[in-house]
Amino acid sequence: MSTQESRKERIDRGIKVRSDGLYALMSWRELSYLTLPRFILIAGMLSLPFLVPGMYWQRVISIVCIYAILALSFDFMAHYVGLVSLGGAFFIGTGGYIAGILNSYFSVPPFLTVPLAAIIGGVVCTLLLLPCLPLKGVYFAIVTLMYPLFMARIIEAFNIFGGTDGLVGIDSFSSSFAEQYLVICMVLIFLFGLRRFVTTDRGLIFTAIMDNDQAVRASGINITKYKALAVFIASAMGCLAGACLTHIYMWSGISQFALDFSILPIAATVIGGSGTLVGPILGCLILVPVSELLRDFGTLRIVFYASILVGFILFRSDGIMEFGQRKYEQFERWTKI
Amino acid sequence: MNQDMTKPILKMDGISKRFGGVQALRDVSFDVFPGDVLGIIGPNGSGKTTIVNCITGFIKPTSGRVFFKDKDITGRPPHKIADMGVTRTFQVMRPYYSLPAYKNLVIPLFSPRAKRTGGWRGGGNLGNRQTIAIDILEDIGFERDSYIPFKKTSTLPTGYLKRLELARCLALKPEIIICDEVFSGLSMSEIASMVPLIERLQDEGITIIMIEHRLRELFQVANRVMVLNFGEKLIEGNPVEVMADKQVKEAYFGSEEVEEVMTYA
Repeated sequence: MSTQESRKERIDRGIKVRSDGLYALMSWRELSYLTLPRFILIAGMLSLPFLVPGMYWQRVISIVCIYAILALSFDFMAHYVGLVSLGGAFFIGTGGYIAGILNSYFSVPPFLTVPLAAIIGGVVCTLLLLPCLPLKGVYFAIVTLMYPLFMARIIEAFNIFGGTDGLVGIDSFSSSFAEQYLVICMVLIFLFGLRRFVTTDRGLIFTAIMDNDQAVRASGINITKYKALAVFIASAMGCLAGACLTHIYMWSGISQFALDFSILPIAATVIGGSGTLVGPILGCLILVPVSELLRDFGTLRIVFYASILVGFILFRSDGIMEFGQRKYEQFERWTKI
Repeated sequence: MNQDMTKPILKMDGISKRFGGVQALRDVSFDVFPGDVLGIIGPNGSGKTTIVNCITGFIKPTSGRVFFKDKDITGRPPHKIADMGVTRTFQVMRPYYSLPAYKNLVIPLFSPRAKRTGGWRGGGNLGNRQTIAIDILEDIGFERDSYIPFKKTSTLPTGYLKRLELARCLALKPEIIICDEVFSGLSMSEIASMVPLIERLQDEGITIIMIEHRLRELFQVANRVMVLNFGEKLIEGNPVEVMADKQVKEAYFGSEEVEEVMTYA
């Protein structure tokens, strides 16, 4: 068709379905259009343990989920509260050590150590980060980067909690199924919980603090309280992931404070799409297995890994999720003039 | 009003502020009485915004004290002072750009003060904050049935943003509103529609402190004017007195402009 008698028309089904509001619920087509992506994500995540072959890749699934929880907490902090935290390793390490200590010194069973580590770890991390809350942007990032290094050196120097050997002989989960479904369910619960939370009226306060903290203070709201709450939510998630990691490896040690846990979630967020909350999970689902596959290349692994990252940042800087959503919701067609 | 009209609601007692080598304020004292509209004028850099920051707790004065209803509020954190009913707008507007306009007001409605007072005209029921937010916006001049309250804040024109600043103060059911240049950057017609709004707020018993460069409109609403120059108070009094003062003419107006302003005032 020539351009003289027709033109290209772009239709955004996403806007149409949302602006139809309640009426979308009355049509099966519209309803399935809205729920299908969510259904695919939930069903896909839940069936992962059956789909992957062998023990090794099932373990990778658990690691993916642990990174996904961390990436979720990073995305929430950075794009809904405005605190760019490089402290993923700090959360993982604190949670991991608390679970390890509870289990090996007090023989608390894993199904109790995980929630306890999340709550105690959340409180500990929040208290330690409390003096840094007035900091913003890159300053907060630098300070949070310092914390995991600091904790690791303290454990090493004072030779506490097993010193450089770490705590060994920690109970594992009862079965690998229990382990995988625990972390998968946690990812889904945190994902949908946070998505709901950030759009509530109270969740808007966090966005407001990110936009303009002075205006929030002028509105008579104590921003330190809300920032502390956000740090508690994010660090409790991170500590829960750390506790799961400890029980999966049956070991907690200084390497849980390694920078991988701070950096990989950020990379996953960049790839998946920042500020979408789903994006970071997709990012982890891609990055962690890719990193496992690249192990065959030995030391060249990091080169390939970095090239993939750079490629994404250059060519898809808005992330997979934004791109995918646009492609899913918008389509073009020719219409007669 | 049940307040004692002769007793100052806000009292500044010898406020000085020094930023390193710059003396931004030097021993400034003044009283604000309930129902006042106090105008603060002065050349650029004379310390007007520093006074606002000192009152609302965004900076701590080097010396001197601020009293609100006989209570010393010097150096209290901003949210505590806002919680007492002393609210402010910002000269550089600070809306939440990523939210729709009406959701900007959901935030102050979550403050402890709004919960106590029920928000602007509220009866203590904050059941649906979004509806209350739209009510406040309508009250302050957003067209209710238009889509403007639902537009993203970053797409709103300056006139609406200035109103949004005022609305954020109103959501707290304030006793004092300190307006830091609400007329600046507005067109003549926008200013003309803002003046009745300020007068209406005054009628409702809110004490207003206005920092302004638009003298003509300021003198329409203000009953007292204070002039600052290089951080020092030059004179305080009713608008006519202030304009007649020789020192003020020299420091601020320049001899020709004052004639023009006087004819309007």
